[in-house]
Amino acid sequence: MPEAPTVPLFEARGLRCERDDRVLFEGLSFALFPGDVVQVLGPNGAGKTTLLRAVAGLSTRVAGSMFWGGLPLPEVRWEFLGDTLYLGHEAAVKPGLTPLENLRWHAGLWGRTRDIGIAGALRAVGLGTHLDTPAQQLSAGQRRRVALARLLLSPARLWILDEPFTAIDLDGVARVEALVADHAAGGGAVLLTTHHKLSLLHDFRQISLVAEASA
Amino acid sequence: MSSTVGPAWFEIARRDLLLAYRRRAEAANPLLFLLIVVALFPLGIGPAPEQLSRIAPGVVWVTALLASLLSTDMVFRSDFDDGSLEQIARSPSPLYATALAKMGVHWLVSGCPIALASPLLAGLLYLPSSAMLALLLSMLLGTVSLSMVGGIGAALTVGLRKGGLLLSLLVLPLYVPVLVFGSAAVDAAANGLPWQSELGVLAGFALLSVTLAPLAAAAALRINLDS
Repeated sequence: MPEAPTVPLFEARGLRCERDDRVLFEGLSFALFPGDVVQVLGPNGAGKTTLLRAVAGLSTRVAGSMFWGGLPLPEVRWEFLGDTLYLGHEAAVKPGLTPLENLRWHAGLWGRTRDIGIAGALRAVGLGTHLDTPAQQLSAGQRRRVALARLLLSPARLWILDEPFTAIDLDGVARVEALVADHAAGGGAVLLTTHHKLSLLHDFRQISLVAEASA
Repeated sequence: MSSTVGPAWFEIARRDLLLAYRRRAEAANPLLFLLIVVALFPLGIGPAPEQLSRIAPGVVWVTALLASLLSTDMVFRSDFDDGSLEQIARSPSPLYATALAKMGVHWLVSGCPIALASPLLAGLLYLPSSAMLALLLSMLLGTVSLSMVGGIGAALTVGLRKGGLLLSLLVLPLYVPVLVFGSAAVDAAANGLPWQSELGVLAGFALLSVTLAPLAAAAALRINLDS
């Protein structure tokens, strides 16, 4: 175990989100230290995706303050974006391109990858035989695996994963859970939503968003 | 850690060109549309050469406008739908550069072929050969403005399921100056008059739209992403 760090990697204070005159969450504060895995729980429509999009810097509909390495987020937005990986609802996998081309593009956006290499990452998620198959010929689960291969490629310390287990099979779920545990053990942090019951080899915490009855 | 080549906007442009190449048949649709519509005019108003050659500049320009509009809707839509735009928005490349790259690719795969094919189509309508150079140059400059202005509309309507009609209503009025000066240049050349000043105005429009349209498109994309 790494010694307990004093400054959190990411911290949110007093987050509040209102939509259609309905408060989704209010006074939500949490901190992510290196080695943390945090699962956001809540029924459909509780604001899980909204929260993750806000943390990822994509939505401004959430009020409150966020800090990266102890500094207010707008000031260090650049470093923050470069050191986080966001995997959204949609896989961002182009049907017209092969898995190799898709990942090359994702890697090219930031211009750096880990040493495993794109083909290596695809083999690690079980797509070694489909490197050059157009993604439109892959199943929904296989396309999701293409997106999940980004976890292996990106050097980002904070992973923000929105429903990463959608459409993948039991073996795939186990692999992703292992990736998450490895990442946390290596000093990274993970914030994820899933309705799946996590069975991690690593400690994890949970945040609950409660959907309030509309007035 | 290893690095790959090029800034993010370059990667985005390269991927869009590759996708366009994979869907060559789709990219040919605006050209076929252009050919069919131009071929309908002699059938509709009769084959008299002097009548056709008089209306040729306007017909070719209006048809090119519509053909360019046809493919405009797709500039940002597929990236918005499949989540790529979220990844692009989180990339180090400013959204301005990304929007410019995507609109530039749209010009390369739709505006530029339309411009290159236009003298051929104008030939079907008996446009005098003295006006062909004016047509080609005015089309090359004009379609740049069309792609850029159309890109603003595409960015504004990207969040709508059926944005096509609204896009036309938003964008077509903005196409008017390009249409006026474009067909005026060809008309002038067909009548043996100087047409350089109209071409200059079109070049001005093109420069202005390349500079300013990506700003507007980036702002519109940001609004649509922030939902």
